[in-house]
Amino acid sequence: MANKQLTTEELVLQARQIRRLIIQMLACAGSGHPGGSLSATDLITALYFNVLRFNPNDPKWPDRDRFHMSKGHCCPLWYAVLAQTGYFPKEKLLTLRKIGSILQGHPVCCTPGIESASGSLGQGLSIALGMSLAAKVDKKDYRVYVLLGDGEVQEGNIWEAAMACAHFSCSNICAILDFNGCQIDGRCEDIMGLEPLAAKWQAFGWHVIQINGHDMQQILAAYDQAKTIKNKPSIIIARTVKGKGVSFMEGVVGFHGRAPTQEEARKALEELA
Amino acid sequence: MAEQLYQRDVYGETLVKLGSLDKNIVVLDADLSSSTRTNLFAKQFPDRFFNFGVAEQNMIAAAAGLASCGKTVFLSTFAVFAAGRAWDQVRVSISYNNFNVKIVATHAGITVGPDGASHQALEDIALMRVLPNMNIIVPGDGPQTEDAIMAAANKPGPFYIRLGRSKVPTIEHKGEFKFGLAQLLTEGNDVTIIACGAMVAQALVAIKDLAGKGIKARLINMHTIRPIDREIVLKSARETKLIVACEEHNIFGGLASSIDEVVAENFPVKVIRVGVRNRFGQSGEPEELLKEYNLSSLDIEKAVLSNISSK
Repeated sequence: MANKQLTTEELVLQARQIRRLIIQMLACAGSGHPGGSLSATDLITALYFNVLRFNPNDPKWPDRDRFHMSKGHCCPLWYAVLAQTGYFPKEKLLTLRKIGSILQGHPVCCTPGIESASGSLGQGLSIALGMSLAAKVDKKDYRVYVLLGDGEVQEGNIWEAAMACAHFSCSNICAILDFNGCQIDGRCEDIMGLEPLAAKWQAFGWHVIQINGHDMQQILAAYDQAKTIKNKPSIIIARTVKGKGVSFMEGVVGFHGRAPTQEEARKALEELA
Repeated sequence: MAEQLYQRDVYGETLVKLGSLDKNIVVLDADLSSSTRTNLFAKQFPDRFFNFGVAEQNMIAAAAGLASCGKTVFLSTFAVFAAGRAWDQVRVSISYNNFNVKIVATHAGITVGPDGASHQALEDIALMRVLPNMNIIVPGDGPQTEDAIMAAANKPGPFYIRLGRSKVPTIEHKGEFKFGLAQLLTEGNDVTIIACGAMVAQALVAIKDLAGKGIKARLINMHTIRPIDREIVLKSARETKLIVACEEHNIFGGLASSIDEVVAENFPVKVIRVGVRNRFGQSGEPEELLKEYNLSSLDIEKAVLSNISSK
């Protein structure tokens, strides 16, 4: 079962705590991806604390809802959420990216709570599709959630999977697109334009829900709406701010893949106090 | 004349048998089910068959998702697409996860024939062999295809099973199939010929001709490429001092390379490679192509005769 339902105020506080953990982990590791971890924090916090059905004491519980982070570089967010929901002790977070750690630089399937490796972009929607088809074969009612990056949907594999999820009427799939508008080399619209993004997913046969990805009420309403959609997959296109929550990281492309220095981390933690 | 079978027919029939035995098996294809013969399974078990259309990358990553939920997944397409088009999906989503996905790739090698180079996988063993966790079987004939499929079904983890397009003669008296243990088909101490897939039949012809010339060749069917049977390679290296490796694959990275790696570190002997020499294939009939690319029984014989005096 999902842990007890939090109020939106409690979710906001929890998300702030998770942002603090992300900053601490990355500063300790000295490398990693803060921008996209912080932009998706509200979406994934709400998912794990109020939506997802799981049991941290039995990570392989067959009836669990599945979550997969297709944009694997944002795993500091995933690790922080998994620690906060009881999959492993919080102290482990400071082993991020260290040799021998269960918390690899990109996800690996031996970490408690993680279903599959990721890191090479574009494959995660297909993995969600496989999980959805397994539910169909086994006649199970679990749902499958998958987090995509906006730069990631430039991968052709995403559109192969998008076509197939609709073809197989995977109504148990809810994709979450963290639309922060930035990728490594610059703004998405400058590097490889994505718009009209919602129309593209609609044309591929998806139910599209567009929200502000930092508004907890909108986020929860979107997850609720997705559950009611029959015969087609849903995607929540969430407008977000890269680096959200830390003033000097917000909207800064350079923080896609650069960890904060100790001094930057100190300032960030002050802002997130 | 020995019985001739399509390996892919045997594959399709074996999948149907497995489908009845094990409800956990699902089968995927990418718009080639009538060629790969997964259509036999699709007909019997439509609820456990998924056609992904012309989208191999999606099929292979989706296989990982199914496997993460405990399914035993068999998937098929042509070898060029399974190993080449979707290599990164095989690497990250299947091999790295060590998931229970069996890639059964058909239409491998030069004997694909008239379709030409784009469809003749001559690099697939090399591409799969470098991936940790990956097991590789190249069955020598029709009946051995069933053995390979059953072995893969019974052993958890990723497999790459390589099948041809054309009929192959059934090899007689080859004994029981054991995954990871090569089959000694003919005794002999003058030279060891190690072959896989359709090249086993070519080698059988070659050793008969060689026997007529007074050369007693040992013949080994190396059906499992990974893990390679080190013991039989080293024993043969010690006892015959000359190995000829025969494969319907580029000379880089396949069976010959597997043998080279074993002998180079332990007991260096000459390993002569009968394989495609750094070329792409082309259209033609399988028999013509085997000659053009120096993969015929006569080429194996020549390789033995021109090296045996210098061993």
